[in-house]
Amino acid sequence: MGKSISIKPSQTVKAKTKGRCENALPRSKKVRAIQVPEENASSIRHENNRWQRLKKKCEPYFYILPTSLLMVLLLILPIVMVICYSFFNNVIIEKSPSFVGFSNYLSILTDSEFANAIWNTLHFVCISVVAHLILGMLFAMLLNSSYLKRSTKTVFRVIYVLPWVFTASVIAILWKLMFDPNGVINYLIQAVAGPGIGHIEWLSSTSLALHAVTFINIWAGYPFYMISILAGLQGISYDLYEASALDGANMPQTFFRITVPQLKPILISLVMLDFVWTIQQFALIWMTTAGGPINATNTLSTYIYKQAFSKYQYSMASASSVIVLIVCTLIAIFYVRHQKASE
Amino acid sequence: MNFHTCAKKSFAALLVASLVFGISACQGGGGTSSEASEGAASQAASGGKAVTLEFQQWWEEELPSGSLRKICDQFTKDTNINIKLLSNPYADTKTQIAAGAAAGTMADVVGLDGSWVYDFAKQGSIANLSDLMKQDNYDTAQLASQIQVDGKAYMIPVVNFAYPMYVNLDLLKSAGISELPKTWAEFKDDCVAVKKKNPQASGWIIQLSDNSPSGIQNCLMSWLWASGGNMLNNGKPSLTNNEKMTKTVDFVKSLFDAGVVASGATSMTEADMTENFINGRVAFMTDSLAHLVTIKKENPKLNFTTMGVPKMEGYTGKSGMDVANWGIGVSANSEHPREAMKFIEYLMSPEVNAQLAVLANAFPGSAKAEPDYSKADKLFSQTYDIYKAGYGINEFTGIPTSEDLMRSYSKQFQLYLKGEIKSADEMLANVQNEWEKAFQ
Repeated sequence: MGKSISIKPSQTVKAKTKGRCENALPRSKKVRAIQVPEENASSIRHENNRWQRLKKKCEPYFYILPTSLLMVLLLILPIVMVICYSFFNNVIIEKSPSFVGFSNYLSILTDSEFANAIWNTLHFVCISVVAHLILGMLFAMLLNSSYLKRSTKTVFRVIYVLPWVFTASVIAILWKLMFDPNGVINYLIQAVAGPGIGHIEWLSSTSLALHAVTFINIWAGYPFYMISILAGLQGISYDLYEASALDGANMPQTFFRITVPQLKPILISLVMLDFVWTIQQFALIWMTTAGGPINATNTLSTYIYKQAFSKYQYSMASASSVIVLIVCTLIAIFYVRHQKASE
Repeated sequence: MNFHTCAKKSFAALLVASLVFGISACQGGGGTSSEASEGAASQAASGGKAVTLEFQQWWEEELPSGSLRKICDQFTKDTNINIKLLSNPYADTKTQIAAGAAAGTMADVVGLDGSWVYDFAKQGSIANLSDLMKQDNYDTAQLASQIQVDGKAYMIPVVNFAYPMYVNLDLLKSAGISELPKTWAEFKDDCVAVKKKNPQASGWIIQLSDNSPSGIQNCLMSWLWASGGNMLNNGKPSLTNNEKMTKTVDFVKSLFDAGVVASGATSMTEADMTENFINGRVAFMTDSLAHLVTIKKENPKLNFTTMGVPKMEGYTGKSGMDVANWGIGVSANSEHPREAMKFIEYLMSPEVNAQLAVLANAFPGSAKAEPDYSKADKLFSQTYDIYKAGYGINEFTGIPTSEDLMRSYSKQFQLYLKGEIKSADEMLANVQNEWEKAFQ
């Protein structure tokens, strides 16, 4: 067995000065030229191996270090801070807030406005998600239809996707103008039903405002479903439809037995993601009704905002945020598990 | 040199260069690297170190383009202190300042609204200006007012905006009204007449959106203040057993009941309200005098004027006119409080303050400023005369969580309008309860 080449620092110069001629020598001769005591060589070799192994082990961590640092700074740290805030009294307002345990949670959970906000959020989220799903599916199937020309489908694809292109502020301004008592919607209604119908206060009536805001959110969010479902539809093998046609399946049967099961993984992912996004919807509500009139559209996001920036109750705002975080995390866990299972 | 070595050396050189650049930029006196982009390499007279003050406000957005920059540049020329303007619309500025206060990263000098002062002062995020003025031997007599919390000044109003009542003369003329109303009864009669003659128009408008609940302050309380009423007594809420307050609430409700108030009030913001007036859909509107230019610009053909808010029957005393102000304060975390105070003193100097007042279509915050309104709009001068005949008032300034107080008042008032609360006294008792919690 040949000895490995281990060079002492004093020998390095010698080895280097030998230059290219020595490099040109066969391996066995080179080994003979640098004789190192056996025990020293073994310990140095051991050291080197350990260093190499450590380096190899650490290398991947260095690659992910910048991302990890960013995640800790921008994601973990704020979450931990908010969780900590939720257990103290009058954080930020007072220099040395006192630990109050779950008292803030108790206050929040017994607050009638919070209960109202949960109810409004559930209404807003559930109706939005279901409507997004139905509309997205409907438009995707229309765009996937073989009865339409390609150019027609392209035009409609652009039209249908437009709401998704606008930012929340643009959507809010647009619909606020449309839903204004003197706006286009009322004008059209009066044109059809006559002036006797009067000025409907879409965003100012306690009985209509939540429905109006939910409608705006549905309008703004269905294109995401449409695009995703369309991609899914295009991935379903045509053989399945041919086989079902041969078996004599009608359209509803084909839809419920082939299309829906094939789209199921996409649909579940979409519903879960949309659920989390819609719970967090703030800009649209704030810019249209800001939670009013009389808390009629006050959702968890506007409730938290008012606690923090109107009442300056940052502890309460943190406690409510943690509750929302827990709900979203549960959905996220379910989502990840579902993703793993489908793999 | 192979490619690998060359790349390594280049990278090292780049790293060193960026470090040198970063260090040199940071040595600019505790400011941000964007100081360099501000242009002037100034040296504060005191420490021989370059000083840049960050000035966060919404004023630049509302002043004629470049005018605030020009005023700040003159200050830099005089003192060698740079001013970095951080400008955003009003609502964004409030959120950013509140976030900065929470995180301790507030700009050195901040534009403040009187309704924010109490909370920021209690939070310890804005500096005690009384001490700073004392340190600087500043003569406070030249200030028209100071906003104080626990006897110490935290905000100085730089300019004041009055809230007169705008009147659409064409709508009044169409209803056969030739004289402006002076009392509540006359006002209501005029609104009814306008509505009867122009079903598409409304007599009066009020904004009650939760987004910015200032409608309670500017549109509702202005009736109370115009008739010499108050909502506070010795700095504490005094809504119950307050005859004028009860009458005010009932009067405003009677306008709603008469169907003369523009629809959509509960989701309306101040901008929506102004827009309605601009489009000629409203006969009367209480709004900031700052919107005079906007109204004229957006609808040059609109035939309108301004007047004081009508008084309650039987009241003959002086009228209070609602005022809002562009206030200024210093961050408690500022590394340059003395320089910040110098900047405030500069803005409050008679010449600069007068200049700002003219530019903003506002009244000066300095008692010694003499703005030249000769080139100002005739309506502006007219309103200034109305203002001078009465007095400026805003009881929401300097009280705790005043925006939230307006929200709770608005909510109870809407419940009263809806009929879920039976009387004004019951509504005011509910508001009193809520407000007292904030004052504890």
